[in-house]
Amino acid sequence: MSETVIKCESVYKIFGENAKKMLEESNGNVDAKTFQERGCIVGVNNASFEVAKGEMLVVMGLSGSGKSTLLRCISRLTDATGGKIFIEGQDLLELNNKELIELRRNKMGMVFQSFALLPHKTVVENIAFPLQIKGTNTEESISRAMEMVKLVGLDGRENYFPRELSGGQQQRVGIARSLAVEPDIWFLDEPFSALDPLIRKEMQDEFLRLQEKLQKTIMFITHDFDEALKLADRIAIMKDGIIEQLDTPANIVLNPATEYVRKFTEEVPREKVLIIEDVMDASSKDNLGDLKVSKDEIIENVAEKILTQEKLVGVVDSDNNIVGSIKPSKIIDTVFGGRKNGS
Amino acid sequence: MEYLKKYPKLFQWLFLLIVFFALCFAIDVPETYKFIRGQAEFVKDPNQSVYFFLGKEVRYYAFDVFWRLPPLLGWLPIWINDSLFFLMNEWMPMEFWNEDTQEFKTRPILLQISRNLTAFMTFLIELIREILLGGLETIVAFTSWDFIDAYPWLELPGLPWTIVAAGAAILSYKLSGKGLALFAGLTMIYISIFGQWKPSMQTLSFILVAAPLSFIFGLGLGIAAYKSKRVEKALYPILLVMQTMPQYAVLVPALVLFGVGDHAAVIITMVVAVPPMILLTILGLRAIPPEVIEAGRMSGCTNWQLMFKVLIPTARRDILIGVNQVIMVCFSMAVISAFIGAKGLGFNLLLALNQLNIGLALEAGLCISLIAILLDKMSLAWANKQTDYFGNLTFFQRNKNVIFFAASFVIGIILAYFGTFIFKGSFNYLFEIPHNKGISTADFWNKGVDWIFDTFFVYIKAFNTWLIQDVLQPMRALYLRMPAVATLVLAVGAGYLIGGVRSALVVAALTLFIALSPWWDRALVTLYMATFGVVISCLIGFTVGTLCFQNKKSAAFMLGVCDIFQTFPSFVYLIPVMMLFGITDTSVLIAVIVYATIPATRYTIEGLRSVPVGLHEAATMSGVNKFQRLTKIEFPLAFPHMMLGLNQTIVFALFMVIIGAFIGTEDLGQYILKALSDKNGAGIGLTLGICVAFIGLIFDNLIRTWVGKRKKHLGIA
Repeated sequence: MSETVIKCESVYKIFGENAKKMLEESNGNVDAKTFQERGCIVGVNNASFEVAKGEMLVVMGLSGSGKSTLLRCISRLTDATGGKIFIEGQDLLELNNKELIELRRNKMGMVFQSFALLPHKTVVENIAFPLQIKGTNTEESISRAMEMVKLVGLDGRENYFPRELSGGQQQRVGIARSLAVEPDIWFLDEPFSALDPLIRKEMQDEFLRLQEKLQKTIMFITHDFDEALKLADRIAIMKDGIIEQLDTPANIVLNPATEYVRKFTEEVPREKVLIIEDVMDASSKDNLGDLKVSKDEIIENVAEKILTQEKLVGVVDSDNNIVGSIKPSKIIDTVFGGRKNGS
Repeated sequence: MEYLKKYPKLFQWLFLLIVFFALCFAIDVPETYKFIRGQAEFVKDPNQSVYFFLGKEVRYYAFDVFWRLPPLLGWLPIWINDSLFFLMNEWMPMEFWNEDTQEFKTRPILLQISRNLTAFMTFLIELIREILLGGLETIVAFTSWDFIDAYPWLELPGLPWTIVAAGAAILSYKLSGKGLALFAGLTMIYISIFGQWKPSMQTLSFILVAAPLSFIFGLGLGIAAYKSKRVEKALYPILLVMQTMPQYAVLVPALVLFGVGDHAAVIITMVVAVPPMILLTILGLRAIPPEVIEAGRMSGCTNWQLMFKVLIPTARRDILIGVNQVIMVCFSMAVISAFIGAKGLGFNLLLALNQLNIGLALEAGLCISLIAILLDKMSLAWANKQTDYFGNLTFFQRNKNVIFFAASFVIGIILAYFGTFIFKGSFNYLFEIPHNKGISTADFWNKGVDWIFDTFFVYIKAFNTWLIQDVLQPMRALYLRMPAVATLVLAVGAGYLIGGVRSALVVAALTLFIALSPWWDRALVTLYMATFGVVISCLIGFTVGTLCFQNKKSAAFMLGVCDIFQTFPSFVYLIPVMMLFGITDTSVLIAVIVYATIPATRYTIEGLRSVPVGLHEAATMSGVNKFQRLTKIEFPLAFPHMMLGLNQTIVFALFMVIIGAFIGTEDLGQYILKALSDKNGAGIGLTLGICVAFIGLIFDNLIRTWVGKRKKHLGIA
C-alpha cells in the first residue's frame, strides 16, 4: 500500500448561489449554520484524505451526511466548490470535458444504489454499454460483456431485461457494467442498501471475493456501520459534511475520536471486529502457556480456546515468531467491558 | 366573533361576495346600453366614440367606466392585422428567381418564405396522398406538365384499399395483438365499403405529414427546454396559452400567412400539436432517475451519447405518449381545418352539416370517430409496448410481419387486377371505392331524424322553449348585468384569497386584457354558456364517477368509455345534438355538457381511486360504514384531484362553446367564425383566441393554486 491513487485536499462542496464567493470569504472556516442562514447548504466540509492503490476506503454516514456528495465530487459528477482532487496525480478539477470523458472511459467504474440500469437494454447490452460508448466494436464488446456476466454469476440470464430480474441480480449487472472497462478505480454508492438483508449479506461476500481477485482501488459508500466494518480497509465516518474520523475498523472501535463515532461503536460486537493483534500485550512474551494463536485471528474464532487457558497465551505472527501475549481475562474485558465509559 | 376566528377564510369569501353584489346593485345599467349584435363595432355610427392609437382608429360605444371599461386594447387586432399585412407584403423586398417566368422578381422575403414553405408542405402531402390514392402531382413536381403530356401513362397508381387495410391490421397486430388487429381491419373495411375511402386517406395523409414533423419539432424544443432554463422560461407562457387556446382560433392567422388549403392547415396543425409534445418530452426527461444519468456519465458518455443513448431511450414511454397526443391533436385539427379548406373527412362533415344532411354527417362522423379510436389505441399500444429480445428467433419469426405485409401487398394487387375484369365498365371495387358510391345509410338516418322530429317535436320544442326562456335567457341577462368593475373585484379578490398577491396580480392582468378588449360582452356570454355547461357537467360527472367507483369493474369500464369519448374530435359531438335539437343554443349546450362531462367523470374516479389503501383499511378498522367512508375520508382526499377535473371541464366546455358558434351562438366564437371569412380577420381571430385562452387561464390559475396548497396541506403533493 504505497502508491496514492486518490488524493483530496480540503474539498468543499457547498450548494447555493453565492457558494463560491462565500467560501472564499470564510477563509476555510466553514460553519454550516451561518451558511444556511444565507441560503447555502454545506454538502462536504473540508475533506482531506488519500486512498492508496488496492485499498478499500469505506465512507460511512447517515443520510444527509454528505457522503454521496463527496463521492460525486471525486467522480466529478458534480464540481467541488473548493479544494483539490488528484486522481493518480492528475488534478481532476483542471481536466477539460474531453479529458474527463477519457478518464471515465478508462479509469473509473461506478455502481449505484438504485442500480441505474438502462431499461431498454438486455443484461449483456447493459454491461457492454460503457465499452460501446468507448467505441469498441459490437462483437468484441459483447464477448467481453459475456465474461463479466460469468464473473458475476448471471450466465443464462444474459438476454433478460432489467425489469425481469430481482434486485440482487440487477445489482450484479450494475457491478458487471462498472467493471466492464477494467477500471482502476471503483466507486460504489450504497450498492447493497436497496437489497434484502439476506441478499445483502450474500452480495457482500461476493463482493469481497471479487475484490480479492481484482484488487481495485475502491471508494465504497454506505450508511450501514456493520457493512463498513466487514468490508473496509479504512473507514471514514462523516457527519454534516465533516469527516469525523478516518481510521482502520479496529482503531475506530477501540478509540472512537468523537462522541458521535462512539455511538456507532457502542453496539458493535467487538469480538467479531477486532483481531488478536489489536488487544495483545506486545511487551510481555514470557511465562507463556502451551496455546499459541495467530495475531491475525479474529477474537471470536479463538475466544473459546483462550478462555479455557489459565496461563498467558502466546501470540505468533505468520512466521511463527512470538510477538506478544494475551491474558484470558483480557478477552472477557474486550467483549464485555468498558462500553459504558467509552474506553 | 368566535366563528370569525375559527373560519377566517369563510368570512373573507363572504365579504368578497357582499362587496361584489353591492357593486352590482350600486352601478346601474346605462340607459343607452344594449347588447351589440352583429359587427356594429365596424359600422360607423354617430353615437360611437373614437380614439386614435398608433395611428389606428378605434370606434366604440362609450359607457360609464364602472359599467364597461373602454376598449383601450381595441387597436390591438387592427394593429396585428396591419403588421401582418406589412410583414407579408411590404417588409424587406428582395429579388427572387422565378422558375416559371425565368426571371428575377421582387418579393417581400416573408411572402417568399411562406410560399416556399407551403410549396414544400403541399409536395409532402401530395406525395403521401398519391401513394395512397394515386395521382400525377408528385411526378409533375419533379418533371413538368410537358413531360406528363409526352408520357400519358405515367401516374402514381395508388394503393388498393385492401393493402392499406391489411397493413393497418398487421401493424396493429405487431403493436398490440389480435383484438386491435381485428378492430383495425374492420374499421378499414367499414371506411371502404361506405365510400369514405378517399376523404379518409386524405385526412390520413394530412396526419402522416403533420405528426412526424410536430414530433421532431416538439422533441427538439423539449430537449432544448430540458437543457436550458432560459429556453424553458421563454417557452412556458406560450405552452400555457396554447393549451387553453381554442384550436379554432389559431386557424385565422394561418389564413393570412399561408393561404387556404391543406398546406396552411398542416403548418397550423404543427403550431397546435408541438406544445403537448414539448411538455411530455420535458416531463419524460425530468422523470429519469438521476442515477441513470450519472451511470451514463460515468460510462464516459459525451453529451450527445448521453441524450440519444441514455436519456431518450429511458424516457421512451413518456415521449411516445407525447406522440400519441401529437397524433390525436393532428387528427382533431385535420377535422377542424376543413374551415380553411383542408380536404378530407372534416370537409365532408362540414359540408353535410351545412346542408343539414344529418345522415351523411353521421356517417362521416362515425368514420372520424373510428379512425380516432384506432389511431389512439395504436399509438398507446406503441408507447406501452416493451422492447423484446429477438436475437434467438429465426429469420421468419423476426420478420414475419414484414413477410405478411409483402404477401398481402401481392395479393392486394392481384385482387385489384382481377377486379378490372369483374367490374368491367363500372368502378373497380377491389381497387378503390369512390366517394359516395359505397353503401350509404344516410337516407335511413335522415328518415330517422325526420321521424324523431315528427313524433317528439312537441316535447323537444317545449323543452327547448322552457330551457331557453326560463333558464338560459335569465342567466344570460344576469351575466350581462355584471358591471365590469364588480367582475374585476370578484376575480382579483378570489385570486388574492386563494393564492395571495401573486395570484391576484396574474388574474387581474388576464381579466383586464379581456375587459379592455372590444369583446367584454361577448366574453360574458361565452362565460355564461361555459358556466352552465360546467355546472351540469360537474353534477353529472361527479355523481356518475362516484357511483361507478363503488365497483372496480364499473370504474374501469367508465374510464374506458371516457378514453374512447375523449379521442373524438370535439366537432363530432355537434352531429347528434343537431339531430335532436336543431340549430339552437340548446344544441350547443348539450354538446358542451356531453363533452365536458368526460373529464369531470374521469377525474372523480381517478381521484377516489388514488386514496391510499392503508387509509381504507384504517377507516374500516375504526368501524365506518360505506357512506361515512365516502364523505369523511374519500371525498376530502380526492377533492383536490376532482378540482383538477373541474379545471379540465372548464377548458373542454370553453372549447365546445367556441366551436358551437358553428351552430350559431352570440359569443366570442361567433366572431372567430366571422373572422375566418374576413379579409382582415387575422388580428381579430388571434385576439379573440387569446381572450378565450385567458378565460381558461384565469380559472386554471385559481384552481391549480388552490389544489397545490390543498395537496400540500393534506400531504399528498
